[in-house]
Amino acid sequence: MIHRPASEDEAGGSRLSRRDLLRVGSLGLRSRRTRAALSALGISIGIAAIVGVLGISQSSKSGLLNELGRLGNLITVQPATTASGQATELPTTSEGMASRIGPVTNVTEIATIQNTYVYRSPFVPSIDTNGISVTATDAALPATLGASIAHGTFLNPATSHFPAVVLGAEAATLLGITTLTHPTQVSIGERSFTVVGILNPVQLISQMDSMAFIGFPIAERDFGFDGHPTGLYLRSAPSQVNAVTAVLPATVSPADPSSISVTFPSDILKAELVTKGAYSGLLLGLGAIALLVGGVGIANVMVISVLERRSEIGLRRALGASRRHVAAQFLTEALLLSILGGAAGTIIGWAATVAYALTQHETVQIPALALYGGIAAATLIGAIAGLYPSTRAARLSPTEALRTV
Amino acid sequence: MTLTAAVSASATVAPVPVLELIDVVKQYSGDPPVVALADVSLRIDQGDLVAIVGPSGSGKTTLLHVMGTLERPTRGLVRIAGEDTSEMTDTQLSGLRAWRLGFVFQQFFLLDGLSVLDNVADGLLYRGGQIAERRRLAEAAIERVGLRHRVAHRPNQLSGGEQQRTAIARALAGRPALVMADEPTGNLDTATGDSILELLRELHADGTTIVVITHDPDVAAATERRVEIRDGSITSDSPTRV
Repeated sequence: MIHRPASEDEAGGSRLSRRDLLRVGSLGLRSRRTRAALSALGISIGIAAIVGVLGISQSSKSGLLNELGRLGNLITVQPATTASGQATELPTTSEGMASRIGPVTNVTEIATIQNTYVYRSPFVPSIDTNGISVTATDAALPATLGASIAHGTFLNPATSHFPAVVLGAEAATLLGITTLTHPTQVSIGERSFTVVGILNPVQLISQMDSMAFIGFPIAERDFGFDGHPTGLYLRSAPSQVNAVTAVLPATVSPADPSSISVTFPSDILKAELVTKGAYSGLLLGLGAIALLVGGVGIANVMVISVLERRSEIGLRRALGASRRHVAAQFLTEALLLSILGGAAGTIIGWAATVAYALTQHETVQIPALALYGGIAAATLIGAIAGLYPSTRAARLSPTEALRTV
Repeated sequence: MTLTAAVSASATVAPVPVLELIDVVKQYSGDPPVVALADVSLRIDQGDLVAIVGPSGSGKTTLLHVMGTLERPTRGLVRIAGEDTSEMTDTQLSGLRAWRLGFVFQQFFLLDGLSVLDNVADGLLYRGGQIAERRRLAEAAIERVGLRHRVAHRPNQLSGGEQQRTAIARALAGRPALVMADEPTGNLDTATGDSILELLRELHADGTTIVVITHDPDVAAATERRVEIRDGSITSDSPTRV
């Protein structure tokens, strides 16, 4: 590495092994610990912010992505509103037609009974509807929506013929029904219905929570249901969602495909994902700024350090350090500062992510890029920050350095 | 007694030059330019103990810096251990300082973060090699200057005299061809200064070549050769005692 003239017999050149360089480079940090810790703090904060933001957003996204995976193939079919704002209805054949689309695995139709509401008893004034609408459906609804039953059972082909009702979670709360240990009845359209089940809150389709479900047969008999569903819920093979969507309007309503509106309840999850991304992008930007400021802080401290340690530089030159050795010493010091800061920041960011994931009951996920990238960014910043002070130290002439004090 | 023995020994064999300055001029740019050294020629032989004496501003510190290759002369030749330094690169000059020269400064320049042992061992740092070996040599040098009991102490726990002894041990540890001391007693009281001079004389008796730069006539009187410098020129060069 170092050119040695042939005339130097027993004397060697000026050398500094890598281990000695590390010793010399860490001397300044070891003898001025508080200053070293404070100047590394900026880098720590920046790296901690970046690792923490990436880790926390990844961990919370993983929860959303799981949900999206579970609900991404849920499709809603509804009659579109006409140009004049009038609601249309779906053809009576909708469910049968839709179920014949190959990749469709589940289909359930619902029909909202107009102007009919649920009351706790016949004595409740009819104006106090609580907004609980009555919806006719079949036994397959919970399976299609992925809904679960909190109490009792859902409707089955037998109870569909009788005055039996299943309440959505919010509807049950509004009616003051929390358990079904005693036979409980509610009043629907002047008639008593037995509550056979209460649903848990349904994910994504929250309007289900304020509904009361009865069977089609009794809806036909008591409420004049005409066979036209007001909505259709489908599940398709996850890879075929787009293909199914494309053929749905024409399948459900061959006569007037434009009267059909197809939506994905999971769109809201996607929107949430995007929002989270934008939010973490902003925080990442702040982290990057903290990192930059940390780098400037290190450069600043190193410049001061070079000024303060002029006599040490002069001494080392007298002891046989070359310009390159002096530069290497201060560059090493800057690198050590930023790497230590980066390592501390990575640990802090990791700990923050773990703490967040534990409190939110999510899995800890930190992108590997954040861990390695954090240290790499810190190293790069240390190198840049150390460049100017170390060249300045190296340019200092030995006599000038020794003249001080 | 040992002194006369050393002198007579160097008289019998032909003297080997450790350092030669030939027509050295050092001029600092300015208006008008400042001439710090004007045509200085000086030869220091192996085993010498030389005092370079002069009032402040006489150019003696510049002379030390040029002799120590810390500064290049404007003109003239500096030869150390037979090697011409004028064509050397910075790295080569650094190597020369690491292997051939030892420095002792008025302000000691010890590093507060290191023990006495490591301060002395750092005198060998830029020669490379194993730290264990450097510490072994450092221990011997510390022993030599009588600071064995202070090996693990920090510089700020030492007296001024002990600090200067540590600095001398650092300069000595690598057995350099030439030790240069710049006002080694300047920051010490008279008694401590005398003990440092005594140490330098002992080291000289052991065969170390030493140049002491001073403005103090008492220090100069303690050496066997005295070079007087004034306004950048050598005005006298004579043995102190004949």
